[in-house]
Amino acid sequence: MSVADRSTFKRRLDSLGVTVTEGPENECAELIDEAAGDPAVGVALDAGSLPERVETDPTTAELRAAHTGVTDAELGVAAYGSVAIEADRAGTEPVSLFVDRHVVVLREADLVPDMPDAFEWLGPKARGESADVVFATGPSATADMGGLVHGAHGPKEVHVVLLREDGADAADSEVSADE
Amino acid sequence: MSSDATKGDRIRELMATEGDAVAENTRGFNEGRIESTGRLDGYEELKADARDIKEDAIGRLPELIERVRESVEANGGTVYVADDAADANRYITELTAEECDADRLVKSKSMTSEEIEVNEALEAEGVEVVETDLGEWVLQLADEAPSHIVAPAIHKSREGISELFAERFDLDDPPETAEELTMFARERLGELVEDADVGMTGANFIAADSGTMLLVTSEGNARKSVTATDTHVAVAGVEKIVPTVEEFAPFVELIGRSGTGQDVTSYISTLTPPVDSPVPDFQADDEPLADGSGDDRDFHLVLIDNGRMAMREDEQLKETLYCIRCSACSNACGNFQSVGGHAFGGETYSGGIATGWEAGIEGLDTAAEFNDLCTGCSRCVPACPVDIDIPWINTVVRDRINRGEADPSQTDWMFEELVPDEEPAGLDLSTRIVGNYETLAKLGSLTAPVANRLTDAGPVRAIVERVAGIDRRRDLPEFASEPLVDWFEARGGAAVPRDEAAREAVLYPDTATNYVDVDRGKAAVRALEALDVHVRVPDLPGSGRPPLSQGMIATAESAAEDVYAGLAAHVDADRDVVVIEPSDLAMFRSEYEKFLPEASHERLAEASYDVMEYVFGLLENGGDPAALRAPAEGTGPVAAGKRVAYHPHCQGRTIGVSEHATAVMEALGYDVRVSDTECCGMAGSFGYKEDYYELSMDVGEPIREQFGDTDRTVVAAGTSCTEQIDALLGDAPMHPVELVAPRE
Ligand code: SF4
Repeated sequence: MSVADRSTFKRRLDSLGVTVTEGPENECAELIDEAAGDPAVGVALDAGSLPERVETDPTTAELRAAHTGVTDAELGVAAYGSVAIEADRAGTEPVSLFVDRHVVVLREADLVPDMPDAFEWLGPKARGESADVVFATGPSATADMGGLVHGAHGPKEVHVVLLREDGADAADSEVSADE
Repeated sequence: MSSDATKGDRIRELMATEGDAVAENTRGFNEGRIESTGRLDGYEELKADARDIKEDAIGRLPELIERVRESVEANGGTVYVADDAADANRYITELTAEECDADRLVKSKSMTSEEIEVNEALEAEGVEVVETDLGEWVLQLADEAPSHIVAPAIHKSREGISELFAERFDLDDPPETAEELTMFARERLGELVEDADVGMTGANFIAADSGTMLLVTSEGNARKSVTATDTHVAVAGVEKIVPTVEEFAPFVELIGRSGTGQDVTSYISTLTPPVDSPVPDFQADDEPLADGSGDDRDFHLVLIDNGRMAMREDEQLKETLYCIRCSACSNACGNFQSVGGHAFGGETYSGGIATGWEAGIEGLDTAAEFNDLCTGCSRCVPACPVDIDIPWINTVVRDRINRGEADPSQTDWMFEELVPDEEPAGLDLSTRIVGNYETLAKLGSLTAPVANRLTDAGPVRAIVERVAGIDRRRDLPEFASEPLVDWFEARGGAAVPRDEAAREAVLYPDTATNYVDVDRGKAAVRALEALDVHVRVPDLPGSGRPPLSQGMIATAESAAEDVYAGLAAHVDADRDVVVIEPSDLAMFRSEYEKFLPEASHERLAEASYDVMEYVFGLLENGGDPAALRAPAEGTGPVAAGKRVAYHPHCQGRTIGVSEHATAVMEALGYDVRVSDTECCGMAGSFGYKEDYYELSMDVGEPIREQFGDTDRTVVAAGTSCTEQIDALLGDAPMHPVELVAPRE
């Protein structure tokens, strides 16, 4: 991940109407708490923790009633503002999909510059353990009803929580935000 | 011509009912494509990569199908290769209705499933099918067919959808705005998805190495259809296979940009099913979601042949299999913008490439119903992400239709002598007349005063319309009594002697310039001589463009050989070949590749220039612009100022010679506004045909909107464009070379 990738990624997310907040891993729960609506369901994260109020082992009824779903992303693609969501036994796919707002947590270290990088990551994974990954770019959208509308079937809003790498300081992100 | 009359009526009706909605959407997509691909670094390289991947994959398809089978089975899924639609439907209905005992199947958008008509097959077995893509759902409710391969309901207006919902769901206060309509559909469909039993998707690409399939979607309905059901059936043509996952990348970058102008769609799903996600149980919904139910998922990949393996063996149709169904060729097409896929399409597919798909899948008869609507303007060619020569596929199919449908009993003795030996007897009359334009032009020129008076006479026009299908509202070309070649000889040949010349050039006397618009030929001679070129205007045969446009490939091929025979000695002597008519230059540079030995084609293509490209090159190499005509010297229309409106020729744009005219005019001090319309709609003979007159005028309408009240001097390079713009603006434009050439 380079500073340039991060700034490209944020610029792309902004143009897609996706909001972003950034912070170190130990502030993860706080950042999610600010971004998530109520009620919220989620899947345990690889890095960082979830706020108490996010139900991590929801029933289908709780999923259906949830406003927000919180999940990890495995990868971010800077040039497109895409996040890679991997389906798993814990229910990352339904939690990211059957909700109005998807809050997605991505580590900056998992940001790659462009599409070919993403598919080089996916290839060995797909040939090995088998992979089910959706590259999600912005909210669900349709233009079939006579105008662009967000939230056709999937989430109407997306928020990205970007977890800074250890050692990367706040000043760094200020610089990139100015670009 | 009775079946054709119906065709004309149908086109006029669709233009009136659906044309506006289709035009607005497709033009928006087309502009989006230009913008989005323009921002993409390495666009041309990505297209070349995509093309290579497809060529490689189709080349070793049988082997890749076996790889897919192994990979999917190793993952725990099943692969079924169906020979045809009936075979696929039998497998799918047995699985769904019998094995799964399903009541409802939810579907995401898939053209291949439309092709096999699986909905009807499932419903006959008592399975309810719900299309979950919003556009497809609207069409399912309305019982209509898609009008576009990517955005199936673009022909429907927002108001129309609102009325449809009101009627189907008995609503007093139906949703009206796009937002309200979408939320209404989201809710209804959400409920239907919750207790569905089987999920069906298509697949945009399938990687043989891992059995991973890729789905390009925006709404999230494919994700839901897969996640909410424990049985996933994917239906895909065998041509969707690529060797590896890494080879998905260029397609992901190209498909959305080429289609609707989105850099990437909201969701690119890469699934290696069966997927791990738990199946939400919306009936017993107080159980934990993550209950391990993902382990019971079942996956079936149904690969469809349905004519594709035979297309692969067909040298000409094979290229169709590279198509990724992005819709760029539909959106870039003037005729498609005006009529949409209900006219410009077959059983399933629409747009220019549909000719290849329908000929291969359904047969020539289906392709014959709409194949005429490709005029060969070629504007789709640079738009296609896998570089398919879409007009050529249309030409080939037209040639086969000409041959296959020829009925000797209908041979019209009167015009028999006009049909060259290479073509089957019994071609329909308007095909033959256009295909033999050169012969007609020669005759017309010989008998010019009489011929011109006759062709203008009302009763004659009525007969021409009835017998040959040529619309009487069109002006017919007026033949000149002294062809360009004769004029040049009579004036004593070249004015600039060889030993004083900067260069030597052969001005190609194309049929239109030689017999009809001789003035632009004379202007070209003056412009070149003013720049010290030793010019020759030898008698040369026609390029073969008119017969090619009618699918008369053999005739066009022998024309190519004759032209090359006539030009070879000049090319050997290092003379440049200068061409006035862009559609003829496009023949030399593009189509002749198929007709001439490689070395001959290359030599001719390299030696030939568009006349304005040539003038541009002469000025770049020290030619004196003062020798040409600057705006101030103008009289007549040019005196209105130095302001020019320029409509470049469609094929000229494709081969990259349309901008030289702009550059030359600007260098001389003209203020040039270039037409935004990519093809004027006349496209050779197309606009002359009675069935297509209104369509042709509609395609050209944006030119009238842009230049209708202009006080600028209008110039255009193509003969057809000249006739069309005359009809649209009420005044014939001149060729740019007539503007810049010194006065006589
Ligand atoms: S032929 Fe080319 S442009 Fe047309 S739909 Fe297929 S891939 Fe797209």
